[in-house]
Amino acid sequence: MKAPKPRTALAIGAAAIGLLALARSSARDAPAATGDAPGRTARRERFGRYRVVGKTVTVAKPSRAELFDFWRDFTNLPAFMENLNAVRPLSEGRWEWEIVAPGETSVTVVTEIASERAGELIAWRSVEGSRIDTEGRVAFRDAPGGRGTQVELVVAYVPPAGQAGVAIAKLLQREPAQQARRDLRRFKALMETGEIPTSDNRIETEKA
Amino acid sequence: MRALTYHGKKDVRVDTHPDPGIVNPRDAIIKITATAICGSDLHLYDGVIPGLMAGDILGHEFMGEVVETGPGSTLKKGQRVVVPFTISCGSCFFCEKQQYSACDNSNPVEKREMSETLYGQPMSGLFGYSHMTGGYPGGQAEYVRVPFSDVGPIVIENDDLEDEKVLFLSDILPTGWMAAENAAIEGGDTVAVWGAGPVGLFAAQSAKVMNAERVIVIDHHPHRLELAKGLGCETLNFREVDVREALLEMTGGIGPDAVIDAVGMEAHGFAIDNMLDVAKQTVGIGADRASALKQALLACRKGGRVSIPGVYGGMTDKFPLGALMEKGLKIGTGQTHVQRFTHLLLGLIEEGKIDTTFLISHRLPLEEAPDGYYNFRNYQNEWTKVVLKPGT
Repeated sequence: MKAPKPRTALAIGAAAIGLLALARSSARDAPAATGDAPGRTARRERFGRYRVVGKTVTVAKPSRAELFDFWRDFTNLPAFMENLNAVRPLSEGRWEWEIVAPGETSVTVVTEIASERAGELIAWRSVEGSRIDTEGRVAFRDAPGGRGTQVELVVAYVPPAGQAGVAIAKLLQREPAQQARRDLRRFKALMETGEIPTSDNRIETEKA
Repeated sequence: MRALTYHGKKDVRVDTHPDPGIVNPRDAIIKITATAICGSDLHLYDGVIPGLMAGDILGHEFMGEVVETGPGSTLKKGQRVVVPFTISCGSCFFCEKQQYSACDNSNPVEKREMSETLYGQPMSGLFGYSHMTGGYPGGQAEYVRVPFSDVGPIVIENDDLEDEKVLFLSDILPTGWMAAENAAIEGGDTVAVWGAGPVGLFAAQSAKVMNAERVIVIDHHPHRLELAKGLGCETLNFREVDVREALLEMTGGIGPDAVIDAVGMEAHGFAIDNMLDVAKQTVGIGADRASALKQALLACRKGGRVSIPGVYGGMTDKFPLGALMEKGLKIGTGQTHVQRFTHLLLGLIEEGKIDTTFLISHRLPLEEAPDGYYNFRNYQNEWTKVVLKPGT
């Protein structure tokens, strides 16, 4: 049961990309001098023209293997990723992501798996020549103290309109950092409770 | 359906809304038979809680009959249930620890970020209490949608227990009980309670059940102090005596072993960057409202316990941090983990050890709820608790 998709999805590509995450070079997520903290939390951007966003949540249940399997089937992603209409498998390990775009239309991006370790990591990237240059990576590791699994989602993308584009996307609540954070939390809720909480009092159909 | 609806500051009306339906698998729909106006609803009424919008349905103390269930609900049609005001998923880290009011999932992700900015971590979902806590439509209505209905509601199987005896399991009774628990009461203790409102009175009653030797209740409304006397408490009217001096003398120069602040303070601002400005603008009021807690910290004996069920939402100036540290006080606080206490408290009600009906001063049909709000706010001495009865 998922909350209705907002109708005001933003036009600029950055929006679309929020959920497409990234992974190309791990160097992009690990600049020096942040101690044990993830590189993306550094106070200064160090990823060139890429913007890197990410978030970690701890998911109490089910097991790490089950969480991995659910994510690995990309057709499940629209269940908790607000900006995704659908993900369809193509040949040769490629996937077609249909992303909500303004005016009831959608943008499609083709991705390929960049790397994968069963139960631990899935990384994907947009294929050469895509309208949107993005990479994503989700990592699963055991949380300390038997608290379940830490799930970390990292997305890198090239903002279509630079810093101005990022600011506009934020205003429209479609900035990739927001999207990554919210999508990941919806994933957690769906896995832990079997549903995605909403305060809607009824299922929105036509205007009742 | 008809429902008490927020229109603006001091403007609530009973309006017609679409009936709620099952949205998620674990939902249930409850037909409300009794619902109360809470003291904390008055903060909403006064327009000082951020994130409340015109059109929102209020109410977080309610009970009724199950009329519809989703496939994941454990409730059955026809059952009588009391519903906790905290919405809890039952399966996250916090719910597993029975810290239900810290549930990590019940506040929808797009709504929870407001409180995350303010507090560092997001709050859980609550019924009828602004969009900061999820924007869930409340129970001062004919029907309500209850998410995670397999976790929250307690089924009342004993038909001899009328609604008024069990309704307060939804909030104020467990809140008073947890306040007393947070005071870690030991036999022989003297406990001082600031505020003779519903939570203060129930905290006082709970402290008695937990074998406090003396409970001293502090307020200024004579009738409310009379209710405290009726529970076997001693009373102080802060308009008539120096509270700290009186408490010190009444405890032989030691001070109360535990203090409970059942007064609280409203948040006066929301955005983190304007909060300090708001606090400065309202410094007179703000300081007055924080005075109960400050007084309690100074009155408490060395090594004593401080329990804060009163609601705080923002920041405060001139906090007596030194008294807290130098006297080695322990603090317990938080929104109530209602689901942790409902079965225990239902048992105590059935055994006659706890009675909650003494508090109810007025019973009104739902349609007269706006008058209830007005009078509950403006005539606090006489209007101690309002119960609304939809369908009458």
